Amino acid sequence: MSNELIEFVLVSVALLGIGIYGLSVKRNAIRMLFAVEIIVNAANLNLIAFARFMPHSGGQTFALFSIAIAAAEVAIGLALIIVAYRMYQNVDIADFRSLKG
Amino acid sequence: MADALFLGIAVLTIGGAIAALELRSLIYGSIALMGMLGGIAGFFVMLDSPFVAMFQIAVYVGSIAVLILFTVMLVKRELIFKKIEDPRRKFAGIGLMLITMVAVGAVILDSGIHTITTGEDPVDFRDIGVDFLTYYWPALILMAFILAGSVMGALVLARREDFVENE
Repeated sequence: MSNELIEFVLVSVALLGIGIYGLSVKRNAIRMLFAVEIIVNAANLNLIAFARFMPHSGGQTFALFSIAIAAAEVAIGLALIIVAYRMYQNVDIADFRSLKG
Repeated sequence: MADALFLGIAVLTIGGAIAALELRSLIYGSIALMGMLGGIAGFFVMLDSPFVAMFQIAVYVGSIAVLILFTVMLVKRELIFKKIEDPRRKFAGIGLMLITMVAVGAVILDSGIHTITTGEDPVDFRDIGVDFLTYYWPALILMAFILAGSVMGALVLARREDFVENE
């Protein structure tokens, strides 16, 4: 294998930074979900990269768990967005403030 | 040294992530997110993890991205093309992104991680199955319950109370 571990980790850091930018700047609930997905994928890339360079099956197992849990998170997140959209006719999270208890 | 394939996939992944957040249309943004998720699957193949790559394509590109696309289609047309963001926060967000990248990057570069190389064979995917069915079986069952619960929860949340069927 010609690539080094640090190259994968640096790509992962770039994705983490982009995800944090999306979470802090965007107010569209769907775009914020995109940003969360980008961060989760950065974490998965790290898990797989370390599992390859320090060979152990635990990294791949945890990545599979992480992907499955992310699927559950997206299903619930999108359902919540649909409910909020039905109530406010908008996907701007600034409009969802009245959801606070 | 990074080869051309790695650079190509890195450009696809990082470009897809930026496009997913910055493209004006949410539909094109969702398609860019699909490209980014496919790029991550490409990295998994490069890292000798074909099983996880297959899982990534099936779960992320195949179902999550399609679910997001359908949700976007349910939203009003003008909201799909409207950029909803706080312009004052944009520079703060870019600053936060750069600080995160520089800080985490500096820690990683200083950690001696570049000395880690491997000559060992990759993990056989059959070992993952053995792991799932031996050491991690309680977690596997818990994950199944969480997935089932989340699907049922999503259905209950998205159900319309005011919908009356025509008889």
